[in-house]
Amino acid sequence: MKTNASRSSVSYGWTMAGMMSAFAVGAYFEHLGFFKFALKNPDEIWKLFLEHIHLVLVSSAISISIGLPLGILLTRGFIRRYRDWILNLLGICQTVPSLAVIAISMTYIGIGRKTAIFALVIYGLLPIIRNCVAGLAGVDPVILDAGRGMGMNPRQLLFRVELPNALYVILAGIRTSTVINVGTAAMSFLVGGGGLGDLIFSGIAMVDAGYMLAGAVPTAALAIFMNWFFGKVEHWVISPGLVYTGAPATGR
Amino acid sequence: MIRLEKVTKIYPSGSAPAVNGVDMEVPQGEICVVIGPSGCGKTTLMRMINRLISITTGSIFIEGNNILGMDPIELRRSIGYAIQQIGLFPHMTVHDNIATVPRLLKWESQRIRRRVDDLLELVQLDPAIFRNRYPRELSGGQAQRVGVARAMAVDPPVMLMDEPFGAIDPINREGLQDEFLKIQSQVRKTIVFVTHDIHEAIKMGDRIALLDAGSLVQYATPEELLTAPKNQFVKDFVGADRALKRLDLLKVQDAMLVNPVHCNNTDPASEVAGRMQEKGLNYLLVCDADDHLKGYVTLRDIFDHTGKISDRVKPMTLTVRPNQNLKDALSKMLTYDIGIVVAVDDAGRLKGVLNTMTLASVIGQTYDEQGGRWGKVSAGGKIL
Repeated sequence: MKTNASRSSVSYGWTMAGMMSAFAVGAYFEHLGFFKFALKNPDEIWKLFLEHIHLVLVSSAISISIGLPLGILLTRGFIRRYRDWILNLLGICQTVPSLAVIAISMTYIGIGRKTAIFALVIYGLLPIIRNCVAGLAGVDPVILDAGRGMGMNPRQLLFRVELPNALYVILAGIRTSTVINVGTAAMSFLVGGGGLGDLIFSGIAMVDAGYMLAGAVPTAALAIFMNWFFGKVEHWVISPGLVYTGAPATGR
Repeated sequence: MIRLEKVTKIYPSGSAPAVNGVDMEVPQGEICVVIGPSGCGKTTLMRMINRLISITTGSIFIEGNNILGMDPIELRRSIGYAIQQIGLFPHMTVHDNIATVPRLLKWESQRIRRRVDDLLELVQLDPAIFRNRYPRELSGGQAQRVGVARAMAVDPPVMLMDEPFGAIDPINREGLQDEFLKIQSQVRKTIVFVTHDIHEAIKMGDRIALLDAGSLVQYATPEELLTAPKNQFVKDFVGADRALKRLDLLKVQDAMLVNPVHCNNTDPASEVAGRMQEKGLNYLLVCDADDHLKGYVTLRDIFDHTGKISDRVKPMTLTVRPNQNLKDALSKMLTYDIGIVVAVDDAGRLKGVLNTMTLASVIGQTYDEQGGRWGKVSAGGKIL
């Protein structure tokens, strides 16, 4: 009970600090003219916001549906032996700046929303594959042996043992990918993909802080929401038997 | 029944075979303990039986069927499998863990639920408490019980166990072994049991297969392994104290003197005293009409007594059971510094007496490298 009390008092403190800083930030934004602009053009902001969400959802959905099977494939059969190589290679690929990825895809596909989504998919794929491979590699070999010894076929082993145990790491990859995606999607304005980047980049070009913030604040809010949402998803889908301690799950 | 014929395993990476031409047969309903120093191929041998490791040459038959002719997945579902690290699935509850193989075999959920509860009761875990726990909420011993229950889920006739009690502390291990033997006496599975602990092997095994560098050195009952080790390697492996280890195997009834001299509770004291003097006895056991042990009397106590024996009888608190092992009996005798201990059955009836002389002769009977025997004891326990 004591820990509960101290935890709630800590969270109370954080809530207070958050409210006070929100107030300070709000006052500063008012000073920059953010609210004046936002109140004057709510339809414009709302339209771009929906575009932005559309970009993020479509590209993330494609990333996940390509990334997960690919990650699983990379841990099957003979490819398993090259797992560490693959993980390192993916890590290096991740260091390419997102702007460069968007620029490169524009060279090949031209401009438009398709280009933006393509670039976002490519950029979002890496954390998903990397975490999927790492998660599956981290499953305790003992429980795999137990599953195999009890007569699970490879498919049953994957779906009943490997994936449920790797879920925490896999979801963390999806979470990272999606949250980064929200930020990166702002750049799709540069290749004519629309979204809140429109306001941000125009605001920067016009040196109008209010204009810029009208794009930046909803983007940040969306990223925070996504992060919170995936935290909830983790809570719903990960077995309560798995308490993630940073170490791979053991059999006991 | 499991039969191995010239089973050999050669790994592509190693030149020497990991298992080399092993021939053995595990009879129905017996525990065969496979033992040997680490790297002797005992786990490899076990894992070949459910085809987790492929056989290079030779063949294995289960109930007369060659396992190479079976689907490996089906084969594994029909064989119970328990391993040292237990390998419970951490994301599943105890119920789901035990239900693994039944679900693979598509049992209906009602039947699975009943079976899980029965198994939990069999391994002495309360289903109401443990059914919905996760493995991380179990102690090592509890997890091990669940592991055994999981291996027995579909009542497989054959079980493979790789050091199933290896990760448990010595005190709980003893208890789990006893419980497992009790369960085995009910279910009568054919079990291949891998261990590196010779004590465990002697305790658990109906037969022991001793491996060295992939070859079967000796395949015999524990008794035979201790009394007639085939060569120096076996002698060294079972240890210099193998005579004492036999005490674990033998029961009090194998060494006690049956039908010891005693008198009746209601006998007149003076008469008994007279007989004792005649035979030169200083003390005598006392029973009632139904052979229930009442205690003992000393000659001095009844020498000048005119009433019944029952007036002077002294109770005997320290007794052993005929089915107790000799090690416990000897330990009792040494602890309380007594040279003789009386064996009574569960109802308290006098069955026999055990003294240091008969004990020593039983140990020495088949094992005495120094020479000099005290006498041969037959199975009944009478000194010949």
